[in-house]
Amino acid sequence: MEHISISSNVIFHIAGWPITNSIIATWFAMFVIVLIAYFGTRKIHVIPKGMQNIVEFIVEALSNLIQSVTQDVKKTTMFLPWIATFFLFILLANWMELLPGFSAIIIKEGAENVPVLRSMNTDLNSTLALAIISVVMIQVFGITSLGFGAYVKKYLNFSGVIDFFVGFLEIISEFARILSFAFRLFGNIFAGEVLLLVITFLVPIIMPVPFYAMEIFVGFIQALVFSMLTIVFMSMATSKHA
Amino acid sequence: MEVDSVKLLAMALAIGLGSMGPAIAIGWLASKGMEAIGRNPEASGKVQSQMILAMAFCEAIAIYALVVALIIKFV
Repeated sequence: MEHISISSNVIFHIAGWPITNSIIATWFAMFVIVLIAYFGTRKIHVIPKGMQNIVEFIVEALSNLIQSVTQDVKKTTMFLPWIATFFLFILLANWMELLPGFSAIIIKEGAENVPVLRSMNTDLNSTLALAIISVVMIQVFGITSLGFGAYVKKYLNFSGVIDFFVGFLEIISEFARILSFAFRLFGNIFAGEVLLLVITFLVPIIMPVPFYAMEIFVGFIQALVFSMLTIVFMSMATSKHA
Repeated sequence: MEVDSVKLLAMALAIGLGSMGPAIAIGWLASKGMEAIGRNPEASGKVQSQMILAMAFCEAIAIYALVVALIIKFV
């Protein structure tokens, strides 16, 4: 049976930094995004055609999604780069897990067999990093659009005992958001990978096909959920609610 | 009982009991969503997207249970 491990394995070292198999897959995903961006913006025509058309379609779809939540064009322009990056990065990393070669090319590392490529979001470090970036940017957007004093007043509210406890609970819920983002993404993608490994080991001929279809769907939904939640929290943080 | 058999039992119970709640929640959400779409087919786009989002939240709880089960087995 394949060696399934929750933590990813170190393949080699660069100047003392350990490079794990999920970092190699992350570089792969980054490379594909840079390629798409390069080919989509090489020669810009007023009437888009070819790669530029596809890229404009994606950007417009994301912009409409953000607009439907925030109803404010200024905020949409402010959030769009972050949301688009989260969505496209996570989507590409999730879908790349289904390519042949991921978790399949094995090298011998000491006493055990270790895959060379492993999808980015099957490593809790990656999803935790994305979750921390998301929550920190929510705070940054809140502070820049409401001002430092007004924003901190949401959390440290000394105008009454109940308000103080509500503010304290809000602080705790911010930290719970980091954990929830990280574990939702990690759990879905890691469980999907384990499921595919087990099914391929048991019945390799026709049975994996519906599970691959489900993995495509789950990968897309998880990217969408991460981005939608970030949009909702960002627009909640930048709005002065009574 | 040895540690290994208790581990297997714990892993099975963690994911088995942990996915009962989310299953009920997702079914409830879906039924309310269908009702809303049936009552007002024009709003079906908006209702559908909110329903999928809420289902992903409920699914996350089941995923937490799954992560605990995986940690028991593999760590």
